[in-house]
Amino acid sequence: MLPDSPSRRRLLQTMLAAAGGLALPSPRAAPGPAPLLTRAIPSSGERIPVIGLGSWITFNVGRDPQARAECREVMRQFFAGGGRTIDSSPMYGSAQDVIGEAVQALKPPTLFSADKVWISGGARGPGQIETSRKLWRVPRFDLLQVHNLLSWEEHLRTLQAMKKEGRLRYVGITTSEGRRHGEIEKIMASQSIDFVQISYNALDREVEQRILPLARERRIGVIVNRPFRQGDLTQALAGKPLPGWGPEIGCTTWAQALLKFIVSHPAITCAIPATSSVAHVRENLLAGTGRMPDEALRKRIAQDVERLA
Amino acid sequence: MSEWWTEWATYGLSDLLMFSQRSYYRMIALYNEAVWPAHLPALVAGLVVIGCVARPGPRTHCVAMLVLAAAWAWVAWAYHLQRYADINTAGPWFALAFGVQALLLCFMALRLHGAAPARMQKHVALSLSGLAVIGYPLLALGSGRGWGQAEVFGIAPDPTAIATLGVLLACRAHPVAWLIPLAWCAVSGATLMELRVGYAWLLPTFAILAAAAGLLFRHAGSSAAR
Repeated sequence: MLPDSPSRRRLLQTMLAAAGGLALPSPRAAPGPAPLLTRAIPSSGERIPVIGLGSWITFNVGRDPQARAECREVMRQFFAGGGRTIDSSPMYGSAQDVIGEAVQALKPPTLFSADKVWISGGARGPGQIETSRKLWRVPRFDLLQVHNLLSWEEHLRTLQAMKKEGRLRYVGITTSEGRRHGEIEKIMASQSIDFVQISYNALDREVEQRILPLARERRIGVIVNRPFRQGDLTQALAGKPLPGWGPEIGCTTWAQALLKFIVSHPAITCAIPATSSVAHVRENLLAGTGRMPDEALRKRIAQDVERLA
Repeated sequence: MSEWWTEWATYGLSDLLMFSQRSYYRMIALYNEAVWPAHLPALVAGLVVIGCVARPGPRTHCVAMLVLAAAWAWVAWAYHLQRYADINTAGPWFALAFGVQALLLCFMALRLHGAAPARMQKHVALSLSGLAVIGYPLLALGSGRGWGQAEVFGIAPDPTAIATLGVLLACRAHPVAWLIPLAWCAVSGATLMELRVGYAWLLPTFAILAAAAGLLFRHAGSSAAR
């Protein structure tokens, strides 16, 4: 457990910030039972919690009222636990509308809305963005990303113009499952962007070679998708006991260990595990609290996951 | 357009699956609830199709084709456009394909030459139609999901496609009429496999069986002539 006294909290905050840019939020900003660690967005210094919420597959529940209510409860628990960043895309079926319905009901004051533009041709981008905004029921997005680099040059121009006009706070690009990393690097090196979203986990570590160092060099925030390889990783590790290092970093489950492995990398701003389970969202948020693995332990986690998964 | 195709080429099968098994079957359950009791006339229509396959002839073929055309049109609108499109962005495209197939079946109903199937073709056709109309809804029970999630001929796309393959085989229909039902069996089979549904292999197996029977007995004499 983390200490509660303000002086110890400040000391710990300073130590963590010095170690890797992580910090504890002020008690007022963290309504949940455990304080969620935050990390600064490199381009602005604004801090966001290291654990976000993805919506791929899990929030695409169509018009099913029961499933929509469950998603709303997941979001309620997420915000109650100090979470802020929710990520979606026009590619995710009904997910945007499901999120929007919950946003309308919960009115979360701390929401950090991250969506994407995913349409061929720059001229159709603004229309899709407006449709997405209406589905989310938000006055504006915090972050818009060019999804999988589709028509990225035209869309980036649109997003940069929106940011300049104050209609958007951050601009980013995304990829997943190792697609088009060469192009991602070129854009990171040549364009002014605030975020890059990539897939990264204890097994898929290619981004450690070039993309993550480049993100630090260019002061670009990194959002991590598919931290559990869409559930395959946690499923492969199910039933296998957590090695001795688990309790050392406050982990009781593999999911927490996998998330801690990701968010303890100094270049990572936040991970966005997707879930439709209240128990899992709580579990995921706990991974953003307490002690994080150091570099030596991160290597050991990766080795153990490779061996056991 | 080329950029769009380049984009799609980077996706694997698992990237295109945008919903969970639970969402898929919940969607079917809610759809069934909304259209009930349409299942009853659909079941009667399915039995009519089986009867037509059992008694091959110009008139029965025409009736079977018209029943199937109505089923494909209904599934296009009520299932793909009104329901599946909620969780699958390709839903409207599937609706379009099913609409085209409905038109093709109408056209074929008017243009049938009345060729009777070979004996083996007829048996395979009857088996496919019977499995689609009577067997397929039972899969929901067999896999522990209950009647609420049953997939019924004329209501759901999978049994409708299988029954259609049976009729096309019995009618010795033009290969063009086979394209969309076979493509649907491939698409839906792949979807069920990605969803890790136990009976996902059924649809592709039926499609291969029907296509093989159609090709193998293409030049065989009709059962009526024997």
